[in-house]
Amino acid sequence: MLLKVENLKVEFYTYRGVVHALNGVNFHLDKGEILGLAGETGSGKSVTSLAIQKLLPPNAKIISGKILFDGIDLVELNEDEMRKIRGKRIATIFQDPHTYLNPVFRIEKQFIDVLLAHDPDIKKVELKKEREKLARAKAIEMLKMVSMPAPERILKMFPHELSGGMKQRVLLALAFSLNPDLIIADEATTALDVTIQSQILDIMEKLRRGKNVSILFITHDLGLIAENCQRIAIMYGGRVVEFGDVKKVLTNPLHPYTQGLINALLRIDKDIKPVSIPGTVPDLVNLPLGCPFYSRCAYALDECNKSFPEPVIVDGVRVNCHLFARK
Amino acid sequence: MEVQNLTKHFPILGGILQRTVGYVYAVNGVNFSINKGETCGLVGESGSGKTTVGKLIVKLLEPTKGKIFFEKNDVTNLKGSDLKLYRRSVQMVFQDPYASLNPRMTVKDMLVEVMRSHKIYEGSEYEYAIKLLERVGMSEEHLYRYPHELSGGQRQRVVIARALCLDPKFIVLDEPTASLDVSVQAQILDLLKELQEKYNYSYLLITHNLAVVKYISKKIIVMYRGIVVEKAETNDLFKEPQHPYTISLLSAIPVPDPTLVRKKIILKGEPPDPIEPIKACPFQDRCPYVMAICKEKSPPEIDLGKGHIVKCWLKA
Repeated sequence: MLLKVENLKVEFYTYRGVVHALNGVNFHLDKGEILGLAGETGSGKSVTSLAIQKLLPPNAKIISGKILFDGIDLVELNEDEMRKIRGKRIATIFQDPHTYLNPVFRIEKQFIDVLLAHDPDIKKVELKKEREKLARAKAIEMLKMVSMPAPERILKMFPHELSGGMKQRVLLALAFSLNPDLIIADEATTALDVTIQSQILDIMEKLRRGKNVSILFITHDLGLIAENCQRIAIMYGGRVVEFGDVKKVLTNPLHPYTQGLINALLRIDKDIKPVSIPGTVPDLVNLPLGCPFYSRCAYALDECNKSFPEPVIVDGVRVNCHLFARK
Repeated sequence: MEVQNLTKHFPILGGILQRTVGYVYAVNGVNFSINKGETCGLVGESGSGKTTVGKLIVKLLEPTKGKIFFEKNDVTNLKGSDLKLYRRSVQMVFQDPYASLNPRMTVKDMLVEVMRSHKIYEGSEYEYAIKLLERVGMSEEHLYRYPHELSGGQRQRVVIARALCLDPKFIVLDEPTASLDVSVQAQILDLLKELQEKYNYSYLLITHNLAVVKYISKKIIVMYRGIVVEKAETNDLFKEPQHPYTISLLSAIPVPDPTLVRKKIILKGEPPDPIEPIKACPFQDRCPYVMAICKEKSPPEIDLGKGHIVKCWLKA
């Protein structure tokens, strides 16, 4: 097991009050696995990703829980120790490549800076010139791996000269260049056109297989998870409410929320009328005592409003729902 | 609504004299027609010119070439009060409801403003605003809310209500669900469908999401680099896509069924730069079946029957 998130709780302190963003998140990720993390806006997907990297904004705090990464509890680490892991062992690809790349530096400079700071083989070399030469060669090699045409020319360009798909490929190359153990792809392809999206995912899958990297794939698109991930974690109200094999969860969803999410999808493969989930996501400031899905759930029981259900394992899938706890 | 040979080239200004140094070839000779009470989907990648077509139709932009007909009248060069009258019949719903609502105005102010500016329902604006909200599935209690007090789906409903204010006949919907969560997308599309059945609106639905088109639209137009590459009945296009671009587009859409095994066609290269003038077929650099003729001559429009038109040398 590479990553294990245990009972993670995160709060944000705002003028509106305390926002309970994460309320006990539990999931784990094996070596070489792709795990899909899905949910609506405000379900806590991105906060989970930021917490793992310890990049939460100053008004947020990890209240309790553990983030075990390769046996190390990241929650306990200080900023200096974390900096050695971030980028080097846990790399991230964000949604909007435009805001992630620095607009005033050439791609070359951004690439080389990262390699000089983190790559142990390059850091060993004494002469600065030699180090830069090595870093440049490695950058070119990585850009070739993401099937970038004319990598030497790309290195001399500024981010604004590249298209969205090309920028995302530069970020992929950067993320993979330090041989990380874990890559967090936070809506990495959402901003791209579908034809470019499948191009990027194809490259990502090839790199992943070659380097045996684990990927935490955060998206709101269940289709992408169905096609790319082995396991899926469905988030709602700052918790993972269903967690298991992609095939099992998507073909036979247990949690009413997962069912609702799948029924709400517009399908191109079938002629099914989509049905929206009534109501809205719970207010994270005034979180209900029981199950956060209570007010929108068609099968709600009395106890659902009283306590949050304990996890139950049904056919290898973990689900937090009183419907199953009862049985 | 009918458009003929619709073309828009945006000039690029450069130098200290701000002279035109080139053009962005956004829309290049688009033809289509939409009947009353009908929905037509317009799909394509970012930069394919689909939003520009929408803006040309509501006359937020002036076409470089070509003509626009609405109810058999040429509306291409409308000005002044005629244009204002035209805008009563033709409205547009934009992509991001948060950006198209004024954050300092309440829902009521926004709806009444439109009525005042067109001098309709004078004296009974308030009652009409409530009626409009009810029409889009909201109620009087939302009248005094500000945009930030509404959920994403409600905001989109307000934007739709505002477009309905003037009782239009034709509505351009630019990505009406792109900024919404999947759990509410279907709600908004159902609302649009329901309104169409009741009031016989015509829609031009601009989107990159083919699933949205499949759900609410009978006809579909696929654009690439400002050119219509395929036009068909939606069902025919999903069953038998003809243009290589349409085929790859359909195969690239992720399907949430893990048991389904599909062959993906992964296109090479990037979408073309719209600054380059179009030579022959715009899809030639990425097309897996490219032939010599594709690089020399622009492909002809081939009619495959039942209104299925494809612009490709493979079918010639």
